[in-house]
Amino acid sequence: MALLSDLVNLNLSDTTEKVIAEYIWIGGSGTDLRSKARTLPGPVSDPSKLPKWNYDGSSTGQAPGEDSEVILYPQAIFKDPFRRGNNILVICDTYTPAGVPIPTNKRHNAAEIFSHPEVVAEVPWYGIEQEYTLLQKDVKWPLGWPVGGFPGPQGPYYCGIGADKAWGRDIVDAHYKACLYAGINISGINGEVMPGQWEFQVGPSVGISAGDEVWVARYILERITEIAGVVLSLDPKPIQGDWNGAGAHTNYSTKSMRGNGGYEIIKKAIDKLGLRHKEHIAAYGEGNERRLTGRHETADINTFLWGVANRGASIRVGRDTEKEGKGYFEDRRPASNMDPYVVTSMIAETTILWKP
Amino acid sequence: MSLLSDLINLNLSETTEKVIAEYIWIGGSGMDIRSKARTLPGPVSDPAKLPKWNYDGSSTGQAPGEDSEVILYPQAIFRDPFRTGHNILVMCDAYTPAGEPIPTNKRFDAAKVFSNPDVAAEEPWYGIEQEYTLLQKDVKWPIGWPQGGYPGPQGPYYCGVGADKAFGRDIVNSHYKACLYAGINISGINGEVMPGQWEFQVGPAVGISAGDELWVARYILERVTETAGVVVSFDPKPIEGDWNGAGAHTNYSTKSMRSDGGYEVIKKAIENLGLKHKEHIAAYGEGNERRLTGKHETADINNFSWGVANRGASIRVGRETEKAGKGYFEDRRPASSMDPYVVTSMIAETTILWHP
Repeated sequence: MALLSDLVNLNLSDTTEKVIAEYIWIGGSGTDLRSKARTLPGPVSDPSKLPKWNYDGSSTGQAPGEDSEVILYPQAIFKDPFRRGNNILVICDTYTPAGVPIPTNKRHNAAEIFSHPEVVAEVPWYGIEQEYTLLQKDVKWPLGWPVGGFPGPQGPYYCGIGADKAWGRDIVDAHYKACLYAGINISGINGEVMPGQWEFQVGPSVGISAGDEVWVARYILERITEIAGVVLSLDPKPIQGDWNGAGAHTNYSTKSMRGNGGYEIIKKAIDKLGLRHKEHIAAYGEGNERRLTGRHETADINTFLWGVANRGASIRVGRDTEKEGKGYFEDRRPASNMDPYVVTSMIAETTILWKP
Repeated sequence: MSLLSDLINLNLSETTEKVIAEYIWIGGSGMDIRSKARTLPGPVSDPAKLPKWNYDGSSTGQAPGEDSEVILYPQAIFRDPFRTGHNILVMCDAYTPAGEPIPTNKRFDAAKVFSNPDVAAEEPWYGIEQEYTLLQKDVKWPIGWPQGGYPGPQGPYYCGVGADKAFGRDIVNSHYKACLYAGINISGINGEVMPGQWEFQVGPAVGISAGDELWVARYILERVTETAGVVVSFDPKPIEGDWNGAGAHTNYSTKSMRSDGGYEVIKKAIENLGLKHKEHIAAYGEGNERRLTGKHETADINNFSWGVANRGASIRVGRETEKAGKGYFEDRRPASSMDPYVVTSMIAETTILWHP
């Protein structure tokens, strides 16, 4: 299809100043991503200079048919790795025409938490480890798995290489470079324990940008799987049985935790998270009870426990952090389908603002 | 999939200083290679300047789940032939958080041998001939072989050309250029006696770098076969019967052997090796007893022999070396599944440090 890709890859800067902006938002389920594009008269790098827009909320389960306009407020700009040139991706959140955030808009509340002076002062950093599974398009069975059967048991696949161990690397590698191109703070990738499952990490990102970057990284990933003819799943337990689930481990630190004496702050923060375990779990992603069983490197969903270097705990503290007396910790509870706006702001709220 | 390869081949140098480093290590079986990638803020050419990292050793059979971190120490950098640009491959070895090499870390002891002043003074050179077999992905039968049957007997395949004699040359040639690009000292390739079997040679490499280069060459090979949808096997006797096995003949010389009068030093070294035949054989690769039968250009595993130009001997000395009175010799005993850190350091230890 050389002619089609010639057109897709046309470099417009020679012929026009106009740029294309792809507006991205989260749909009615809370995990479905939507986007549409518009032409702008010239390049834009500041989101506040982008026009608000609107879409048909009755087609995404976010508004009734007789009053269907939902307004898009641009919040962050990234370079478009698909159209390249001066074209951009714009992550937006969603409001009624009267200016009220619609129920599925989780960013609004998160942004309020992140602009609270006590939270701002602590400069909260996040590193999110997004796991995901690649599925064959027509049968919803993982990529590389024999249809009607299973691959050999887990063991060889984690960080594995080879045609019998690593399935879908093209997608993963294309995604890595596309995200770097876009300006997303993608810090790494690896093959996961279950074959056909992969992980990328975004961070360290400060405050609200963690959520923006993870959502746009998810968007780019699903656009790439679309090209590859493969389906992306963020289900936290795609295959029942002796197969790992998919999580979104969230690494977290504040200024105090990163400073001297930080380890005590970390322990106090973990205590507070333990006291609000149920509330957090309820917000950490649908279907997580199928994943957090106490097996497959998880802690049971009803149990809160933490430990150094312990992958079977709810919260894991790294050996480096223990040794240096400061650093960060990893909340291993969030599911792969969690909303990063919700999880990041809730961790900040519980550990910085909430007093037991 | 040109749109996917556009993204995989994105040249990021125009948009960011960041580079991607693929950290490579050897897993729990001693033969499985693992890797994962991370983003660095800018190009790095000195391994000492790369950050240590860690991985989940409980997923590779190298640590328990409740204390799962294994630390990666970067040891050698090569250019990444898959991501190109300033992106790099990093060969690492594995340690406990306390700084102890874990049991499968064979590099550590090898590095100690090679930094022994007596060994360093002798500048040991290695040329390793890595044989391997290419297998069809779903049936683990060599590529090009008819399913449920066999090709014609050995004879036409060694260095052969033609669709009925050479199976998999694309992989071999991609690997050759990729290794040269990466900065590996790959000295040649050839088709082997058994159809679907090939060989590449790495060297001359000095001391510890022989092991580093061979492992990274193996990594690149398995990444290439992954792309090609074919499985690479380092089994020393993949097919029973009148079919050649696969070895890793190790050519070796020291400064003394390369200088005038070297032939006498060679003969003494070979004597030492003969006295330690059992110990070497035990460390020369799993499954070697299926290969070293005394047939198919091997010497029987229980016998130690050497000879000039003799491919049926344990050790072969080339005619040129005999004629010039100096040069090198070839230890034909190691299996294709050998660990080059173990074999190279053991040969140095037995011939330079050990005194009967």
